[in-house]
Amino acid sequence: MSGPSTYEPKTGVERWLDQRLPIVRLGWDSFVDFPTPRNLNYWYTFGGILTVCLMIQIVTGIVLAMHYVPHIDYAFASVERIDRDVNFGWLLRNIHANGASMFFLAVYLHMLRGLYYGSYKAPRELLWILGVVIYLLMMAAAFLGYVLPWGQMSYWGAMVITNLFGALPLIGTPITEWLWGGFSVGNATLNRFFSLHYLIPFLIAGIVGLHVWALHVPGNNNPTGLSIKTKADTLPFHPYYTVKDGFAIIVFMIIFAFFVFYWPDALGHADNYIEANALVTPAHIVPEWYLLPFYAILRAVPDKLGGVILMFGAIGVLFILPWLDTSKVRSMRYRPLGRWFFVFFVIACLGLGWCGAELPDNKVPVLGAIGLNFLWLGRILTLYYFAYFLVILPLLGFIEKPTQRPASIEESVLGKGKSDASASAAPAE
Amino acid sequence: MTDVNSNPETGGEEPSRRDFLYIASVGAVGVGGALTLWPFIDQMNPAADTLALSTTEVNLSALEEGAEITVMFRERPHFVRRRTAQEISEAAEVEVSRLPDQLARNANLEDSAPATDANRSTLSAGVDEGVEVDEALRSAMLVTSANCTHLGCVPTEGAGDYDAWFCPCHGSHYDTAGRIRRGPAPENLPIPPMTFISATTLRLG
Repeated sequence: MSGPSTYEPKTGVERWLDQRLPIVRLGWDSFVDFPTPRNLNYWYTFGGILTVCLMIQIVTGIVLAMHYVPHIDYAFASVERIDRDVNFGWLLRNIHANGASMFFLAVYLHMLRGLYYGSYKAPRELLWILGVVIYLLMMAAAFLGYVLPWGQMSYWGAMVITNLFGALPLIGTPITEWLWGGFSVGNATLNRFFSLHYLIPFLIAGIVGLHVWALHVPGNNNPTGLSIKTKADTLPFHPYYTVKDGFAIIVFMIIFAFFVFYWPDALGHADNYIEANALVTPAHIVPEWYLLPFYAILRAVPDKLGGVILMFGAIGVLFILPWLDTSKVRSMRYRPLGRWFFVFFVIACLGLGWCGAELPDNKVPVLGAIGLNFLWLGRILTLYYFAYFLVILPLLGFIEKPTQRPASIEESVLGKGKSDASASAAPAE
Repeated sequence: MTDVNSNPETGGEEPSRRDFLYIASVGAVGVGGALTLWPFIDQMNPAADTLALSTTEVNLSALEEGAEITVMFRERPHFVRRRTAQEISEAAEVEVSRLPDQLARNANLEDSAPATDANRSTLSAGVDEGVEVDEALRSAMLVTSANCTHLGCVPTEGAGDYDAWFCPCHGSHYDTAGRIRRGPAPENLPIPPMTFISATTLRLG
């Protein structure tokens, strides 16, 4: 909802600057007077939380790079040195390592929020697609970063992921050797992974800029999914949402700090404290928790190329989601069938994560009695994951009868007949 | 749209010399730009020192029957196994038509060679002039890459359905000739180029 600017420079200096570089005006219009739906709940605070996550990763990453050595003979020891000898190195590394997990926790909630309230639908398709691009870059950055400590999981994770490209017909081998800079994961690989790991956060920051820009054209979606109709539907971003976001950030930071200070290795894997060894693969290699669902999808297919295609397809399908969902109603609040399919979708994603963490041949608790192992559970859930996007959402728009929606955002908050009174109660600006 | 080519001479109908210059310069910039990209892409390929491939010599005299060692060859681990008579016969009895991958994947043989046990063992290895190698040793020795052909993990020795190699990452089972039998791996473990340089020394590469 970008309207005419309400910024008025008050001092001579501000006027001088505004005529030459209207950067204060941009900030004012974007984050102070920006008209925001008045009914945003706490699920809408993750954008702010994610911005903070990105800044934390960049700042801690830059200082860690001052002590880290990207060489196969020194990398592992230099990370241990950061933990033991560098002043506050233990703190910085724990923040950076757990920060990645926190970043993904927040981004998953942010994405599920978008899925539930239909934030990917017109006119926000590009906003959603930019978000998926950021998510892809995040996964790349996380994977590259996980390789840097050069532990066993680092090494074998790098081996498995780079070998995925070997599944491509004809160009498979040249591509993997190009990625490695050798005939296997080695020093050249570690070196370039470090370089790219340093680059990607800045790419993310650039695309976050586009993401916010694309957000500020149509304005925020909201829990009702209704578009903003009158000024009474909105509140200025500051102080209403700066404070709400701020509170959510503090709560998030408490959870973050709990992991950093009391449980720093809970989300990691013990095998990564063993230095990389090209001769021994750990008995049970697993990716970080936030990639487990995709790992389960990869394993669900008995064919190498098929598994790779399906795994990338699981993310690729998100790009076309805006055109797959045929319902005219944005928010699942008013979609009696859609919301249940959504609940099952969330369960399927969590279930896939569980399958990814277990050995494929292990029996599923309780259901193991009827012979269900994690491989087959993973296959069933993979089927549902794709069916949700490719069958359920496209068909549901034609089948489902949405429930009664409120007339406006204002009515959904204040109830019917109170809209006259609220006009005067709403803050002037 | 304004016709930028319009001039008294051509009236905008015929291509002018200026058109040609436009297209030629934009084309040159495009091709030049694309060529400039190549060094930035190619620098990631294996460097000259990496490409200067080494060879690895393996002393087989210390290997007893049923023993296995892992050696590094061209940055990658390789299994060197002296198989027992039972292991050889188990592998030799399997009909090639029943194998998921029916090609030998042996750098010492033609690409189309079938995955028989003889084609997998060091019977396929070269022998230097004047060197005599015991036939039993040659058929007992198996040298393969130690990276699973699925996603590159190192399979565990003496495990899986065939008591040979089992990959812990995604559950591929290999038999006593290093051939894929069950699981997601698409190919048999590849066999490197190898030559006997003495009765008990095998050179890889």
